[in-house]
Amino acid sequence: MILSAVLQPDNTMSRHQQRTPFKLPQNVVEVKSKFDAEYRRFALKRSGAGSFQEFYRLLQSVHHIPGTDLMLGYADIHGDLLPINNDDNFQKAVSSANPLLRIILTRKEDEPIVFATNSLQRRKKGLGLTGLRPNASGSTHQKNKPGLMIGLPQDFRQISSIIDVDILPESHRRVRLHKHGTRKPLGFYIRDGVSVRVTPQGVEKVPGVFISRLVRGGLAESTGLLGVNDEILEVNGIDVAGKSLDQVTDMMVANSHNLIVTVKPANQRNNVLPRGSKVSAGNASLGSGSTGSALSCDSPSPVSHSNPITASDSIAEGYSEEEDDDGDLIIENDNLSTYIPHNLHSSNNGNYSRDSLGRLGSVASSAPLAHSASMPSSFVTSTSDTSMTTVNQNGSPAHTASSSSQESMREDGNSITL
Amino acid sequence: MMKFRFRRQGNDPQREKIKQELFAFNKTVEHGFPHQPSSLAFDPRLQIMAIGTKSGAVKIYGAPGVEFTGLHKDTAAVTQIQFLPAQGRLLSLLDDNSIHLWELVGGAPREVGGARREPTVGLQEVRSYCLPGRPGIENCSTSRVTVLLLLGSCDLLCVGTEGGGVHFLDLPRLSLRENQSLLQDQVIQSLPDDYRCGKSLGPVESLQEHPQQPGVILIGYSRGLVVLWDLSTRHVDHVFLGKQQLESLVWERSGKSFVSSHNDGGYSVWAVTSGNPYTQQPVSSTIPYGPFPCKAISKILLRTTVSGAPMLLYSGGMPRASYGDRHCLTVQQDKEHVTLDFTSRVIDFFTIHSVEREQEFDEPSAVVVLLDEELVVVDLHTPGWPTLPTPYLAPLHSSAITCSCHVSSVPPKLWDRVGQCLNQMYLFWPICGGKNLAPSAKQQELLLTGHEDGTVRFWDASGVALTPIYKLSTAGVFHTDCDPVGCFDPYSDDPRLGIQKITLCKYSNKLVVAGTAGQVLILALSDERSDHQVEVSVVDLLQDREGFTWKGHGRLDPRARPGPFPPGFQPQLLVQCMPPASVTAVTLHAEWHLVAFGTSHGFGLFDYQRRSAVLARCTLHPNDSLAMEGPLSRVKSLKKSLRQSFRRIRKSRVSGKKRPVPTTMPTSKVQEANAALAEQEDVAPVQRRIEPRSADDSLSGVVRCLCFADTFLRDGTHHGPTLWAGTNSGSVYAYALEVPGGGAGSSVEALLGKEIQLMHRAPVVWICVLDGRGRPLPEPYEASRDLAAAPDMSTAHSVLIASEEQLKVFSLPKVSAKTKFKLTAHEGCRVRRVALVALSSAVQEDYSEHTLVCLTNLGDMHLFNVPALRPQVRYDCIRKEDISGIASCVFTKTGQGFYLISPSEYERFSLSAKVITEPLCSLQLDRPLEHASASDGPTAQPRANGTHKNQTDQAEDLQSGLSSPAQDSPLDSPLSFADLTLDSTGELTVEDVRDFLTTVDEVENNMRNIKEEEGRTAGILIN
Repeated sequence: MILSAVLQPDNTMSRHQQRTPFKLPQNVVEVKSKFDAEYRRFALKRSGAGSFQEFYRLLQSVHHIPGTDLMLGYADIHGDLLPINNDDNFQKAVSSANPLLRIILTRKEDEPIVFATNSLQRRKKGLGLTGLRPNASGSTHQKNKPGLMIGLPQDFRQISSIIDVDILPESHRRVRLHKHGTRKPLGFYIRDGVSVRVTPQGVEKVPGVFISRLVRGGLAESTGLLGVNDEILEVNGIDVAGKSLDQVTDMMVANSHNLIVTVKPANQRNNVLPRGSKVSAGNASLGSGSTGSALSCDSPSPVSHSNPITASDSIAEGYSEEEDDDGDLIIENDNLSTYIPHNLHSSNNGNYSRDSLGRLGSVASSAPLAHSASMPSSFVTSTSDTSMTTVNQNGSPAHTASSSSQESMREDGNSITL
Repeated sequence: MMKFRFRRQGNDPQREKIKQELFAFNKTVEHGFPHQPSSLAFDPRLQIMAIGTKSGAVKIYGAPGVEFTGLHKDTAAVTQIQFLPAQGRLLSLLDDNSIHLWELVGGAPREVGGARREPTVGLQEVRSYCLPGRPGIENCSTSRVTVLLLLGSCDLLCVGTEGGGVHFLDLPRLSLRENQSLLQDQVIQSLPDDYRCGKSLGPVESLQEHPQQPGVILIGYSRGLVVLWDLSTRHVDHVFLGKQQLESLVWERSGKSFVSSHNDGGYSVWAVTSGNPYTQQPVSSTIPYGPFPCKAISKILLRTTVSGAPMLLYSGGMPRASYGDRHCLTVQQDKEHVTLDFTSRVIDFFTIHSVEREQEFDEPSAVVVLLDEELVVVDLHTPGWPTLPTPYLAPLHSSAITCSCHVSSVPPKLWDRVGQCLNQMYLFWPICGGKNLAPSAKQQELLLTGHEDGTVRFWDASGVALTPIYKLSTAGVFHTDCDPVGCFDPYSDDPRLGIQKITLCKYSNKLVVAGTAGQVLILALSDERSDHQVEVSVVDLLQDREGFTWKGHGRLDPRARPGPFPPGFQPQLLVQCMPPASVTAVTLHAEWHLVAFGTSHGFGLFDYQRRSAVLARCTLHPNDSLAMEGPLSRVKSLKKSLRQSFRRIRKSRVSGKKRPVPTTMPTSKVQEANAALAEQEDVAPVQRRIEPRSADDSLSGVVRCLCFADTFLRDGTHHGPTLWAGTNSGSVYAYALEVPGGGAGSSVEALLGKEIQLMHRAPVVWICVLDGRGRPLPEPYEASRDLAAAPDMSTAHSVLIASEEQLKVFSLPKVSAKTKFKLTAHEGCRVRRVALVALSSAVQEDYSEHTLVCLTNLGDMHLFNVPALRPQVRYDCIRKEDISGIASCVFTKTGQGFYLISPSEYERFSLSAKVITEPLCSLQLDRPLEHASASDGPTAQPRANGTHKNQTDQAEDLQSGLSSPAQDSPLDSPLSFADLTLDSTGELTVEDVRDFLTTVDEVENNMRNIKEEEGRTAGILIN
C-alpha cells in the first residue's frame, strides 16, 4: 500500500484534518471512515492504493482500535453498501470513489451487515433506518441471534439465490437468477442429452435437457450455482420432461426476467442439506411446510413426482389478472410518460430519501451534528426499530450507511471528535 | 401477488357439455392436387377415377364433390391401381410388392358435439396379399410384381412378375391359385429353337385380356415375345416373336389385332390369325418420331372410332437428342397428329370411351392424363382437341403459393361478378360418377391465394371441391420481360412480383395486394375492360433515418404505357414503399378509404380516395443493422456461418489427434486467450442459447400486424377511428385517426395516441379490438349497412394483443393489462397464427361463442375464450417439422381452416362441431354396401407423411370428437388450476417485497395519471 505522502499513521492525523476537499489533487482519494459514532478523514493515493491488509491495518490504527476484528463496508455510487474484504473489492472501492470514499467499520462480532443491491435505499424506503447497527446501543434492541452464524454474502448484488431448499430433494437445486438491473448476459446454453433415472424397474434412460456451456463473465457463471452438465428439471415450476430442447429454450427465454430453474447438479458434492425452513437469511422460503427433506437424496425421480406441493405452488397460472413481474411500458403520445419503470424507480427513491431525510432532520436538528455524531444515529435506531421488525419479514436486518450519506454534505469540514 | 386463488375450471360439467357442443377437431378434406402421384385408374362403369400417391394414399374422384380417400398402412408408393368395375372395390399394388384390396363401405352414423351427422361412405382396406418369393431363392426380385390384370369376370387377378412368371389370384379373397402359375420355362418350351438362344424372356411387361374371348390373355415379355395364353386350357394359343424390347400392349377392340410399343420409340401392329401358331413379323412397324434414335413409348392406347381411322395415343417416343427431356403425349388419328408437351412427367393416362360389348367402336370422348403436377383432360369430341378445365384437382401450385386469405360469406353480388370474369364453364366433365349428397353451401366462401409469379387466384372454397373461379395477374402493372406459358410454371420471372399479403373488402369490392418489392396495389372490381394508367405514389418509410443504405432488391418499374386490364379486379393505384422491402402486413378499411401497410422498416397509412399518404412511421431500432442494410447483409452472416462451419470441420479433424497440452509459458497467455476465444466460437450442433430478447435484436422493426378499429383511444367517452401496428420487438403503436366525412377538402390525419412496449419484447403477431361485450368489432360497412350486430359502444373496449409468447388483453382507453395468458412460459410453444372465430353450438341453434385460436410452432391449436383468455381445448394439428404448413395456415370466421400439406394441397380442417365441410357422397354399386361396424372399424391408420388423413376412420373420429376436449385439454395438467400467483407461499424474498412495493407504486402512479388525464382535454392528450 502506498499511502499518500502526508498520511502516516497516528501522528499525521491532525494535519490532514484541516484539509478541505477542494484542494485535493485528482490522484488522491479522500477517505472518510466511520466506526461507531466516530469519523476519521484521511487521503489515499488513487493509483497504487495498496493491498487490503495494509488498508485494514491503517484503519485500525487511524481509529485507535488495534486488535479489534473489523468488517469493512463502503458506500458505492449507487448508494449501496458493499463490503471490502479483499484486494479486488478494495481496488474497486478506491477507483469508484468520487470524490469521497466512505468507509463504514463494524465489529465482526456484531450483527453481520447485509450487503445487497439497494441495501441502502431499501432501508430508506420504509424498512426502517436500522442500517448499520450502532454497536454500543443497537445491540440491546437486537433480539438474540440464533446460534447459527450465517456467513457473509459473497457478491455485491443479489443476482441469484437458491430457493426452496427445504422442499426439494437434496440432489436437486432450485436457482433463481435475477436478470434485472445487470447488464450481464444470462450467459448459458442448453443441450439435449440422456438422463439416467433409477426406477423400481431398474435403470432407465430418458431424454433430458442439460446445461451445455456457461459464458465466461455471464450471470449464470458468476453465480456458481449452475454448472455444465447440470440437468434441467423444471423451468419456473414447470416440468420439462417430455419437452423438446426448443420448447425448453422458449420457456426459459420467456421467463428470462425472473428465471427459476430446478437443476440436478452434475456435481452432487456441494449440495445444501435441508435444515427445516431456516436456510439462509435472505432466501428462506416461508411456510410451505412440506416434507421434502424426508426424501431420499438418491432417488433421482423428477421433482414433480417427489414433490407435488412444490410443483403446484410454484407453477404459475397462465391467465391472471394481477400484475406480476412484467409491466409493459405504455407511452402516451404527449411525451408525458405515465409509467416508465426506471424513472419511477429513481423518483421514488428520491421521495423516500427525502422522507427519511426529513425524519432524520427532525432529530438531527435538535442535536447539532458538530457536537456528536453518535447521538442521532442512536435516536434513529430506536425510532425505526419497530418498523424494521414489522416490515422486514425475513428477519434479516438491513443495514445502512444512510445517516452518514445524508449528512455527509453538512459534515464537510467538520472536525472529527477524537 | 399475495392472493391465494385456486380456480378449478375443468370440472364444471355444464361448461364441459357446452365445450363439446362447440369444439370438435376434424381434418375434413384435402383440396388441390395430390402430392407426388404415382398411379392412375378409371372405372368406366362407375365413372370414377383413382389416383395413388408415393406416400401410399389412394384417392377416388367422381363428380365434383365426390371424393374418397384411403391410406395404406405403409408409406410406400402406389405403383398400380385396378378397379373392380362397378363394385366399388379396387386393387392397389405398392412399391413393397404387396397387393391390397380396398372397398367402399358405408360408415356408421356418428355424433359430433351432440349432433348426429349423416353416415358417409368411406374407403377401407379389406385385405392384402404379398406374393411369396420362390423357395430357396434369396433374391426376391423374381417375384416382384410388374403388372396386374383383372379379368373381366372380376374373379381372377393375373400378376406378372419380374422373373417372367404369371401368377393367378382368386378374388376377392386374394388367394394364390397354387400350381397354376405360368412360369417362363413353360413358355420357352413352346418356342422355336432359334428364338430361345438360351436367354430368359425378361420380366412380364404387359398383360391384356382378349376383348372378345374371356379367359384368353396376351402376355408380353420384356425381350419382345408376346404370347396368347388360354387360361381354361392352360395352353399357348399363339406366339408373336417380337425382337424389339417391349414396353406395352393394347388390343384392338375386335381382338383381331393388337399393338405393341417398344423401347426404341416405335410401335408395331400384330394381326392375330388362327393358322400358324408362330407369327414372325408384325403387320406394320412404325417409329413415329424417327429416324433418329427415339425414347421408348412407355404406354400406347388404340381406340377405334365411328369415323373410320382409329385413334392412337401414346406417351414418349420423342427423338432422344432434341426432345428427349420433354414430357409428351401424342394423339394421332388419320392425318391429325397432336403432340401434347407437358411441363411435368406423364405418369399415366386413360381414355374415356364406351365399354359396352355391343358397341362396335370405342368412340373415345376424352383422354385423361395424370402428370406429376397436374391432371389434364383433353376433349376428343371437339375438333382441335381442346383441354377441359378441371373443376377439382387444380394445381394450386402452378406458381408457388406465397400467401393465402380466406373471405367467408361472400355477398352474392361480388360472387357473381367475380364468376363472370372467368369464361370457364364446367359444363362437361367426363368423370362424373357418384352423387354429391352434401347440402349446398349456405354461404359462398372465397379462398384467395397469392403466388410467386404475382398472380392472385380466387377459389370457390364453399364445398369439397376447390374450384378455380378467377385469376388476377399483377405482373401487367409492372415492366417485366415476358409472360409465362402453360399452367404449371415452376419458375417465376421475377421474384419481386411475389404476392405477400392480400386483403379484400367484400362489400366495396376493393382488393389490396402487396408484394415482395414493397408494392401495394389497390384494385377495384370492374366489368368492363379498361386501358387506364395506374397512378403511382411513393411512401418513404425511413423518414430520413440517418445511416441507412438499402442493399436489397430494387423496386419494380411500373409500366409506362396504360396497360389493357381485362374485366375483373383492375389496379387503380400503386403505393410503392421505399425502401422496397417485402410488405409484411396490410390492412384495408374501405369505409374510411384507408389502407395501411408495413415492411421491415416501418409502416404507412394511405388515403386512396384523396390519393395522399397520411402517415409514415419508421420502426427501425438504431442498432438494428440487419434491417438497416437490407436482406443482402445476410450474406455476411452466411459468410460468418461458413467460416464457423469450416472451423468446426477443422476442429473435428484435429480432435482425433491428441492436442498438445498448453504449457504455461509466459508468452502463451495470448495463445491461451485465443484458444479460449476459439472454444467459445465452437458451437455444438444442438445447443441453444438462453438470453432474454433485447431491444436491438435483429429485424426488430418488422411490422407484423396492422389493424383498424373504431374505438376509444383518446378517452372513455369519445370513440373514433384508430390504427394499431405491432412490430417484431414487441412494440405496439396506436394512432388516433381523424377521418373527415365525405368532403374532399379536408384530409385524413393520424396522431400517435399510445405506444406500448411489451416487456417481454416478443414479436406482436396479432392485434384485435374487442367491444364492450368482448366481441370483435364488425368489419367495415357491416355496422353501417346493418349487416352485423352493432358493436357495444356503451361500455369500455379492450384490445387483445397476441405476441409470440403471450396473449394479453388491455383495457381502453387507459391501456392497462386486464387478462393475460403466458403461453410460452408454460407450454414452451410460440404463437404462430392467431384468429378470432365464432363457433356455433352444434345443438343449440342460436348459441355461439367467440373463441381465440392460436396455432403454435409445435403445430397444435390452442383455443381460448375471450376476453378471459381461459384455455378451452388443445388439438394437435400439424407436425411441428412442417414449418410451411404452419406458416400457411389460414382460419375462416366460422372455425374452419386451411393449411398446405404439400406445395399443391390444402388440408381443410374444422374446429367447430357445427360447421364442417367434408365429402358426403354416394355411389351406385353392383353390390350391397356393407357397413363398417364401429367395433371392428379401421383403427387409426398411420399417416403417410403425417399429412394425410383417412376418411374412413369415423369410429376414431367419433371417439376423438367426444373425448378430445377432456383428453387433450391442458386442464388436466396442474398448470390450469394453479394460479399465476407465483409461489405466493413458497418463497417470500426481499426481492418479492420490493416487487410488491413497486407494483403498489405503479398503482399509485396509475391513479395519479388517471386523475391527471381526467383533468386534461382530449385535444391535449392526443397531440
